[in-house]
Amino acid sequence: MSVLIFVDQSEGHIKKASLEAICYGAKIAQQTGTTAAALVLGTVQDNLPELGKYGVQTVYQVADASLNHLDAQVYTQVIAEAVQSTGANVLVFSHNQTGKAIAARVAARLKAGIVAGAAALPDTSNGFVVRKTVFSGKAFANIRIDSPVKVVSLNPNSYSITTGEGTAAVNTLAISPAAPKVKITAVNKVSGEVPLTEADIVVSGGRGLKGPENWGILLDLAKVLGAATACSRPVGDAHWRPHHEHVGQTGVQIAPNLYIAIGISGAIQHLAGVNRSKVIVVINKDPEAPFFKAADYGIVGDAFEVVPQLTAEIKKLKGNG
Amino acid sequence: MKILVCVSKTPDTTSKIAFTDGNTKFDEAGVQWIINPYDEWYALVRAIELKEKDPSVVVHLVTVGGADAEPIIRKALALGGDEAIRVNANSNDSYYIAAQIAAIAKEGGYDLIFTGKETIDYNGSSIGGMVAELVDMPYVSLATLFELNGNTATITREIEGGEEVAEVNLPVVVSCQKGVAEQRIPNMRGIMAARTKPLKVVEPAAADTLTSVVSYELPPAKAGVKLVSPDNVAELVRLLHEEAKAI
Ligand SMILES: Cc1cc2nc3c(=O)[nH]c(=O)nc-3n(C[C@H](O)[C@H](O)[C@H](O)COP(=O)(O)OP(=O)(O)OC[C@H]3O[C@@H](n4cnc5c(N)ncnc54)[C@H](O)[C@@H]3O)c2cc1C
Ligand SMILES: Nc1ncnc2c1ncn2[C@@H]1O[C@H](COP(=O)(O)O)[C@@H](O)[C@H]1O
Repeated sequence: MSVLIFVDQSEGHIKKASLEAICYGAKIAQQTGTTAAALVLGTVQDNLPELGKYGVQTVYQVADASLNHLDAQVYTQVIAEAVQSTGANVLVFSHNQTGKAIAARVAARLKAGIVAGAAALPDTSNGFVVRKTVFSGKAFANIRIDSPVKVVSLNPNSYSITTGEGTAAVNTLAISPAAPKVKITAVNKVSGEVPLTEADIVVSGGRGLKGPENWGILLDLAKVLGAATACSRPVGDAHWRPHHEHVGQTGVQIAPNLYIAIGISGAIQHLAGVNRSKVIVVINKDPEAPFFKAADYGIVGDAFEVVPQLTAEIKKLKGNG
Repeated sequence: MKILVCVSKTPDTTSKIAFTDGNTKFDEAGVQWIINPYDEWYALVRAIELKEKDPSVVVHLVTVGGADAEPIIRKALALGGDEAIRVNANSNDSYYIAAQIAAIAKEGGYDLIFTGKETIDYNGSSIGGMVAELVDMPYVSLATLFELNGNTATITREIEGGEEVAEVNLPVVVSCQKGVAEQRIPNMRGIMAARTKPLKVVEPAAADTLTSVVSYELPPAKAGVKLVSPDNVAELVRLLHEEAKAI
């Protein structure tokens, strides 16, 4: 009996969402009196023994370069074999893009019940019950997994990373991946920017900013905060901002520590993508904007006046360090 | 070529979310049901487009649900598609649902299986991958573009912090999201035609249920917004720094 955490890497680097998953899985192991191990597929540059800091005793690796690209079918074969050879009975993934591609497939292979989009640690006092978000963040469901092997994929940004002392032993698993059927012919990464789903702070703009030429004030604010930028759907549809920035029910769903909404009315479909944010700040000139009902802090005012002042004040704060 | 599109019924996005029976059941009173938007706008429309381009393409729809799912599946047929299959079962367990779809898929011998990216009520993003495993096909998730050239699909998919282009030979299971197609509104001719299209009801295959809902909860209500005057932006920064510890 043990916990195995799938570690997602991109271009050789381990993703923040996976560090969250490791901490979460390590805590489950502690809670159930067992051990936790991480599983890394492909070749990585990061220092694997250091993953011990996040609570795993062992890191298993299948260092086959063909695994640097994701083929859900091949990953499933490799992960299922790793589960078999390590005897793991709880499998943890991040519910990020990679997790969405493979976690459920692995669960089906192992005939394991899955909770996809976990929001908290399992309650193991009576069975194995995991809280997950449902109705696009408007509610939670507590789900019991009844199968012997259990799969949980953790919502990004919903479990905090804590570090301690410790070095993990790295063991290579002798698993030969099948030949991939999916061939990757191009990768387009938005480089230099903070990926939206991993960002701690997100600054987002809506139709209230009137046009793409006005985005400078928002970008300045994002820059001083080290934040990722997002937008409402009409802004993406009008090509004021790239499509991948559109958040909401039909766009990206995010849960940063801080979400700053500028000139966004707060329609229910928009909220569905951002309501899991820890702190929400709304800047809108209409005191009746529905977004204020979902906000923690707000300013009723003109974005064109408020936002540059906000940027200046944050600069001051950071300057005083 | 045969395409199977998986469609499910979900509460309209503006529905009030409430629970009954000691928070163990979703309160359906007054809820307006719709086709899950990802299934309708992207998966189904893309399948119909492929049929429009090549009339020899056959499009089947499948839903796992009770008789109350029929209006939804008729509406889906009004957009297009040749026939629909309803597996007469209600479940919240992804494995059980996927096993039903896999049974239909195996029997029908499909070249292409489309799902939506996720259901907006259950948010599992799970069924596509599970079906792919159960029928042993490749799976490409979170597609934003789907092109077909002979037997080869070229699919752009979302990955963390960007996109990548994947090439795969049929058969394949693909989960669809924004970008794959544009939303359509059914026209009168489609609505009339849908009335006479076959809607087969089949009983579920034997399959295990691996999870069960113990209870539902609503998130704690927000304390209410703290408003700061636009003339005192410094105060907002102080609150975010000292009180919320967010910056
Ligand atoms: C099925 C469905 C799915 C949808 N999915 C999504 C989704 O995923 N994401 C999404 O965002 N939307 C989605 N929508 C659209 C959604 O309903 C709203 O129409 C949209 O979110 C509104 O965008 P907005 O707030 O930018 O624009 P508006 O509603 O036009 O709001 C602009 C706001 O800016 C304020 N404003 C104007 N000028 C200023 C100023 N100078 N300073 C400060 N504030 C100002 C106004 O008071 C107003 O509140 C969906 C809709 C449907 C029907
Ligand atoms: N009951 C169902 N019947 C048919 N298809 C479904 C059903 N539930 C989910 N799906 C399909 O699987 C996709 C992902 O669902 P989920 O894993 O629940 O988020 C949906 O977008 C549908 O295409």
